[in-house]
Amino acid sequence: MTSFVRIRHLSRVFDVSKPWLNRVLERLPKTQLTAVSDVSFEIPERQVYALVGESGSGKSTIGKMLVGLLPPSEGAVEIDGVDLSRESDPGKLSATRDKIQMIFQDPYASLNPRWRVRDIINEPVAAKGGDTRGLAERLLEQVGLSPADAVKYPHEFSGGQRQRICVARALASQPRLIVCDEPTSALDVSVQAQVLNLMSDLQEDLGLTYLFITHDLAVVQHVADRIGVLYLGRLVEEADAEALFDAPRHPYTQMLFDAAPRMDGFGREVTPPKGEIPDPINPPAGCAFHPRCPMAEEWCKRERPDLRKYGSHRVACHFAQA
Amino acid sequence: MVDQQNSPVARPGALRRFWDSDMGWSFRHSPVAVISLLVVAILALGAIFAPWIAPYDPFDPASLNLMNGFTPPMQPNAFTGEIFWLGTDDQGRDVFSTILFGLRISLFVGFSAVVLAMVLGITLGLLAGYLGGWVDTIIMRLADVQLTFPAILVAMLIFGIAKGVIPVEYRDQMAIWVLILAIGLSDWVQFARVVRGATLVEKNKEYVAAARLIGRSGPAIMLRHILPNVLSPVLVIATISLALAIIAEATLSFLGIGAPPTQPSLGTLIRIGQGFLFSGEWWILLFPAGTLLALALSVNLLGDWLRDALNPKLR
Repeated sequence: MTSFVRIRHLSRVFDVSKPWLNRVLERLPKTQLTAVSDVSFEIPERQVYALVGESGSGKSTIGKMLVGLLPPSEGAVEIDGVDLSRESDPGKLSATRDKIQMIFQDPYASLNPRWRVRDIINEPVAAKGGDTRGLAERLLEQVGLSPADAVKYPHEFSGGQRQRICVARALASQPRLIVCDEPTSALDVSVQAQVLNLMSDLQEDLGLTYLFITHDLAVVQHVADRIGVLYLGRLVEEADAEALFDAPRHPYTQMLFDAAPRMDGFGREVTPPKGEIPDPINPPAGCAFHPRCPMAEEWCKRERPDLRKYGSHRVACHFAQA
Repeated sequence: MVDQQNSPVARPGALRRFWDSDMGWSFRHSPVAVISLLVVAILALGAIFAPWIAPYDPFDPASLNLMNGFTPPMQPNAFTGEIFWLGTDDQGRDVFSTILFGLRISLFVGFSAVVLAMVLGITLGLLAGYLGGWVDTIIMRLADVQLTFPAILVAMLIFGIAKGVIPVEYRDQMAIWVLILAIGLSDWVQFARVVRGATLVEKNKEYVAAARLIGRSGPAIMLRHILPNVLSPVLVIATISLALAIIAEATLSFLGIGAPPTQPSLGTLIRIGQGFLFSGEWWILLFPAGTLLALALSVNLLGDWLRDALNPKLR
């Protein structure tokens, strides 16, 4: 299987310094926030890759870099063999961009409230001067809404219906990769399942590749083929979904699993996650997870573990066994 | 939020839908708004149809009879026996007719100046908010500097410069346009500030990210996505600015640097009238001044109502 998406040593640093004048007056150095550092992974075609992590772990930043909303500070995003930040042929670049779409977290903010649903769905095609006759109606039907909804405005729909409209818009330009940034986090649990099933069905029917960004392990278990766990901008564990759920190797993944609510877990003693994600401006030395890790030793405070390969599993922990 | 402009066309008429909407309800239950709109409508209609309504043409020297000068309101003239509703001025011009024609100038200048300020302010505000960085810095510092001067001073400055540039023989013809330019340029800052603020909020919303992702250009995103979403506060400011622009025009004309005597606005009429106040001909001043007051007050009250009606927090 060839890898459709290749992410190589991707890093993103944000400048979070105070304004220039304050810096000069207060003699402060520039402050930088490393949101993503040295992340590499691949997504084969027609697979669902899930990025999991707490808020602030950099998962949305990776998604934005993948679709081109943010330029990477270092590293590269390669889609179908085209390096998005280095490709110089504008035709090839825009053709590659057209293959990528995104579904956002907040279905209330991601639809322009002044636009009709038809115009919203047609926009990706209309922007390229394509033929949009009947397109919105067909797509609305495909995502389980009525073609008559095309003349309505977004405020006439519920959260779940809006997310369906977002899916329809994402499908309009016939993309091959869809980046889903927490697509169900803003929805009710009952609606989440419907939207997820819709997205899974579409993925199979249309042969799409998904990058699924979420903090919800239940969602991940439902849809993902392969999972990457992020902690403080770094990939700490990566494995096929089943392998990861059966035997998580990194103590952070273990902690996430222990904290997640489970259907069979009534009356179960839930281990709450210890501590909070550290300040990404001053990350801890050594392994970034060591202040919260139950297994941490002196070694972990000094030396950062590399992401090592154990079969199809990749783990960044000194104590991971093959 | 109520949407007046963009509602579906396929449904009942725009007026009907406005009447049924929250805005319509708020309007019907605000006597101040109803009366204000009525006053503005009457004055505006009077101004628009002045040539047909006005009983005399005050600017046709041939029709003027100097013997009619200083006729008090509703009293027959001592020499000609003619009756003028609101009296006449020193040259025998019918005050009612001059007010109608003056309103025309005042409203035209006010509207045009607000439109100019609005176009300028919205454009600069959108650019500052969307592009950020040094574009934002330059535009907003310029706005700050302009805000430190009273608007009327800025308008006088622009008026003075324009007068120096335009040759003497064109000055009277151009006076109205210079007035519009002066008031418009002195009033864009408010629009720019509000639009910039709203743009900063809107540009971080995901629908803008979605448009960027699709490959829409910056101008297309600003005009088609952000602009429709920042217009409601602009509508409020535009209404209140209209009252201010009318007053600014009257002030400039009152000071003698605005509308020329050949095209008198309400402000010019007040300037002419105040010369006769102490000699007993009060009507020459009082009626134009009353009209200006009614106009400015009604527009202002309408603006206040609109602001409250569009602000969900006050409901």
